[in-house]
Amino acid sequence: MTVEAPAGDTIAPSRLAPADMIRAAGIGLRTRRLRSVLSALGIMIGVGAMVAVLGLSESSKSDLLAQLDQLGTNMLQVRASTGIGLGPGELPGDAPAMITRIAPVEAVAAVADVGSARVYRSDYVPSGQTSGLNVRAVDTNLLSTLQGSMADGVFLDQASPEYPVVVLGSVAADRLGIRSLDTAISVWLGDEWFAVVGILESLDLSPDLDRAALVTVGAAETYLESDLVPSTIYVRMDPSSIDDVRNVMAATVNPENPDQVEVTRPSDALEAREAAESALTNLFLGLGAVALLVGGVGIANVMVISVLERRGEIGLRRALGATRRHISVQFLGESLLLSTIGGIGGVLMGAAVTAAYATYRGWEVLVPAVAIVGGIAAALVIGAVAGLYPAMRAARVSPTEALRTL
Amino acid sequence: MTASIIAPQRLALGLSGVTKTYDGTPPVRALVDVDLSIADGELVTIVGPSGSGKSTLLHIMGTLDRATSGTVTVAGVDVATQPDKNLAAIRSRHIGFVFQQFFLLAGETALDNVADGLLYTGMPLSHRREHARASLDRVGLAHRSSHMATKLSGGERQRVAIARALIGSPSIVLADEPTGNLDSKTGAAIVDLLLSLNADGTTIVVITHDRELAQRFPRQVSILDGRIESDVADSG
Ligand SMILES: Nc1ncnc2c1ncn2[C@@H]1O[C@H](COP(=O)(O)OP(=O)(O)O)[C@@H](O)[C@H]1O
Ligand SMILES: [Mg+2]
Repeated sequence: MTVEAPAGDTIAPSRLAPADMIRAAGIGLRTRRLRSVLSALGIMIGVGAMVAVLGLSESSKSDLLAQLDQLGTNMLQVRASTGIGLGPGELPGDAPAMITRIAPVEAVAAVADVGSARVYRSDYVPSGQTSGLNVRAVDTNLLSTLQGSMADGVFLDQASPEYPVVVLGSVAADRLGIRSLDTAISVWLGDEWFAVVGILESLDLSPDLDRAALVTVGAAETYLESDLVPSTIYVRMDPSSIDDVRNVMAATVNPENPDQVEVTRPSDALEAREAAESALTNLFLGLGAVALLVGGVGIANVMVISVLERRGEIGLRRALGATRRHISVQFLGESLLLSTIGGIGGVLMGAAVTAAYATYRGWEVLVPAVAIVGGIAAALVIGAVAGLYPAMRAARVSPTEALRTL
Repeated sequence: MTASIIAPQRLALGLSGVTKTYDGTPPVRALVDVDLSIADGELVTIVGPSGSGKSTLLHIMGTLDRATSGTVTVAGVDVATQPDKNLAAIRSRHIGFVFQQFFLLAGETALDNVADGLLYTGMPLSHRREHARASLDRVGLAHRSSHMATKLSGGERQRVAIARALIGSPSIVLADEPTGNLDSKTGAAIVDLLLSLNADGTTIVVITHDRELAQRFPRQVSILDGRIESDVADSG
């Protein structure tokens, strides 16, 4: 050792290798595990909520798109307007035939209310107990037009239009206590026993038919009511012409009073439901963001306490050659580590919630990449902001005073 | 003035006319006109009662604090002219500290605590650990290297702290009441260790309030109310 020490400007600067920087940032976590986990919990819950909300909304959206894809958006529903001063709400009897003449129309299925008839499990049931079910006379192509499917049995067919058979909507079957058709079952309909030949799955494009007992027009006319008037008509068409068809529909159905015809697209209702859900999604995202902020405050709080408790360590590090910057980077790094742990935990939690719920609902499990990246990025930003003040305080700790303590 | 300090060959550390005043009402004059030169290879004790300014002096010698006036030369550098980051750099390579409270990191092993002595030189951990092993060996604690700091006795902790101070072969080791938290037997063993390290060439300054302990060191500088009262070197 000699006196020929370096002149001032040739002193090799203090350096902290990047690997050591990370190690130094982690030392507080290693020595105070429980506290670290608890302080990361707020971020974890915030990120978890946001990831779960985004994941669930994405999963349900993809399910809806698949559903729309399967059901098709090329169907219109035609009804008589039931507004004030518009009368009982009936469509002209020749409406189905008129609609069939519109060129792009591919299929027309009419439904008529059989207002006088009710359906019962047996003829002993008092006639007042209708279970809220009604009877509809339908065209035999209704099932294909609505893209519906059978839960059990078969749909009505044209082979024996006059034979007293009935197909039950999903809710109707449930309310009548009919779960399968393994044994022959009849229901008391009007003043006649009708054999149940089929039970429908829920009809997404026409939920009101779920509560109905469906018979053929022929059977209805034979056993129930003679002058049937269509109340609802379902129309399938070439998807590219839907707007054109829609424009002429009312006038075609009822040339005298086109304003008494209501034309809707049932798939729009499904899309509207999705829009309502996305409003809810935004609300939950906001709640997640609040949880994230609270988590950030929690980390800042724990870090400030940590700086006070670790004055001795700070003094020592300064004595070992750490600059103020090394100290602040260490504490900022610790805050970032805490929030990253919270962020990763939150992503895992959110993904698990998404997977569990989507699986339960039978949806495809989708956790969007933007939720994962965004969740961790949000955690990092919160961690950086939360760590800024504690890091500044740590850097400002006077080494001499810190070393005098204890 | 600087020339007169650097003039003696092999100077490890020099103070000339150093005064330290803490602001406040009234201001505290913790050091008054202190002149002190420590040559390479010396073992010096600074002894004085509590509040006499010993720790203040050690902090100024160790560049952790700046003198209000006067000149401090460490490793050939006039400290007053240097920005804080250069002082940190000097500490990282040229000064080793030992404290009464040990200041070991609880989450680390003895070996890694020693290796931290080179942390702020940027040396990779594997190299630091190699040096740390050698340093632990010098203080007789090679067998404890993988123990956590919290599992060591007081005397062992102070040995780890001394090994950490030695690891970078600093120009000078500054020890503030190194036996203050130890029983007298353990403290005596630490003094033995410091004597033997000095015999191997390490320059050491030991601060103590214990006059009896101070007698064991070859040169005793007495301090009272911030002034150097006497500076006595044993003749042999
Ligand atoms: N930061 C400070 N502000 C004001 N006075 C201080 C400060 N630090 C130390 N002192 C005073 O300086 C004097 C010397 O203190 P110190 O160097 O710690 O003495 P010693 O180590 O010999 O006990 C004491 O009177 C002490 O109260
Ligand atoms: Mg002291």
